[in-house]
Amino acid sequence: MTSTEIPAVAFDEAANLTDAVAPRDDALPRRRPARAHYFMVLPPVILYTIFVTWPAIQGIFASFTNYAGFGSWHFVGLANYRAMFSDPELGHAYWFTFAFAILSTLLSQIFALAIAIGLNSRIKFKNGFQTIFFLPMVLAGLVVSYSFKYIFNTTLPYIIGWGPIGDGLLVNASTAWIPIVIVATWIGAPAAIIIYLAGLASVGTDVYEASEIDGAKPWKTFRYITFPLLAGFVVINTVLGLKAALNVYDLVIGLTGGGPGNATTVVSQTIIGGLNTGEFAYSAAKAVVFAVVTILISILQLAIIRRRGQGGL
Amino acid sequence: MRRKATRSNKWGSIGLILPALGILIPLYFVVVMSLKYQSDSGGSGLEFPTRIRWANFSDAWELVNAPRALAMSITISAITIIGNLLLSSMMAWAVVRNWESRLFRWSFVYLLAAMFLPFTVLALPQVKLMSQLGLDNPIGVGILHIMFGLGFNTLLFSAYIRSLPVELEESATIDGCSTFEVYRKVVWPLLAPMAATIGIFSFLGSWNDFMMPSLIISDIRNQTLPVVQNSFNDQLTLNYNVAFASYFLAMAPALIGYLIARRWIISGIMRGAIK
Repeated sequence: MTSTEIPAVAFDEAANLTDAVAPRDDALPRRRPARAHYFMVLPPVILYTIFVTWPAIQGIFASFTNYAGFGSWHFVGLANYRAMFSDPELGHAYWFTFAFAILSTLLSQIFALAIAIGLNSRIKFKNGFQTIFFLPMVLAGLVVSYSFKYIFNTTLPYIIGWGPIGDGLLVNASTAWIPIVIVATWIGAPAAIIIYLAGLASVGTDVYEASEIDGAKPWKTFRYITFPLLAGFVVINTVLGLKAALNVYDLVIGLTGGGPGNATTVVSQTIIGGLNTGEFAYSAAKAVVFAVVTILISILQLAIIRRRGQGGL
Repeated sequence: MRRKATRSNKWGSIGLILPALGILIPLYFVVVMSLKYQSDSGGSGLEFPTRIRWANFSDAWELVNAPRALAMSITISAITIIGNLLLSSMMAWAVVRNWESRLFRWSFVYLLAAMFLPFTVLALPQVKLMSQLGLDNPIGVGILHIMFGLGFNTLLFSAYIRSLPVELEESATIDGCSTFEVYRKVVWPLLAPMAATIGIFSFLGSWNDFMMPSLIISDIRNQTLPVVQNSFNDQLTLNYNVAFASYFLAMAPALIGYLIARRWIISGIMRGAIK
């Protein structure tokens, strides 16, 4: 989650820059590209074709076969795709992954927005606070999860010793999702804070001075000034966070391994599991479906950015 | 105006203390656990250590073969950073300066497609491909990290290059520079701020990654610092103090780097968000 989220932060801010580049078309007089420029484009395109496009084609191709990862195979048509509909484990993984993604994204946004507004106000030790709040971003999600695992299994039951917390939240299938959401929020908040800080910086101080002169209370200032001005950033952050959360993997490996039972198994695990079980083709089909889901969310994201660009939000 | 600016927001500071503790307490916990004797580690684990067992670190160091894992992590991050910076900046420069050529435009769009694909969906065929090519090692992981970053980083660089005046490059050409020399002597130095941002993201993404190295690297002796925490988890957790010493060692390089270069890193990251 961490690794995919960080590049994603700026990713969509930059997406509207494709438009910024576009007007260049025909703006310049036509001239022959320098030969060296061809040599600069060639290596990335060739490497990308070998390491991304070719495996992608292989994966799509394999999803229509009964390939086990080794040995012979033959075409089975849409059988792998049909099998997905009667796979309760996969259904549960999708349900859990989406529920987790929505919940942890919402929580991240609430914390991140509150913290960003705090950091943006005139506070003492601003640099110190900023250093602390960005800290989770430099840590490996897996190692953080292992540390939290001990906290949820031993530390919290020792301190609170009551009800489900006393039993250890991770031990129980019905509560194991709670620590995963908490750790995801812990790790995911910095990326959102950064975008909110950038957003708040673009708002400027004069509107706040005006509202202060008008005697607006803090809550009204937030409700009628800060939030509407940041609405675009909230939407972008939410979609970005959602995308990152859907790909969650190391947190689950570190905290529960997908258990107890398969209570917290996520989609990534069900796809990757096919490497060891001889279900290469079926997993390839799962990957194709997951890719389509991810791309649909990306399209939604681009549409939202477009609208924002036109002042729609 | 002046009077207002000097008055600090007391409630803001107080309100931030609680979430700040939420971040610091788990880290404090890792540090104190890594310093304790096993016999002192009962209770919540939050108690301050009464005596310190430095041997936890040497035990962890040997158990996971930390120097080797560290070397593997550094190899992957170095390949990723250098590859991302060189390939993406050259690609971006060539594309922006030849935008009127369809070939360059389409190559750019072709690379952008990868921004929509997470590693998960390509993992299976890529694992197979990398082992067929003999790249089921840190070099292969570095290459894949570059591939997944290519589209996005080229996009960032191209947006930045568009803001650079083309006249500088033209005058360098008139002075007799070849295209590669223009890139090296004129364009690359001007890209430094964006290169810093992309370098930081490349480092964080590759250094902390778990999924890709754990799947691509076949020989456990070539695994990275985060992955060995998982591979040796059963042995590590026989003694939780050694386990936490190991977790601390895995967190330390990025943490120390962050604290030393805090200002530079935060400004680099913020630049990425604003762009």
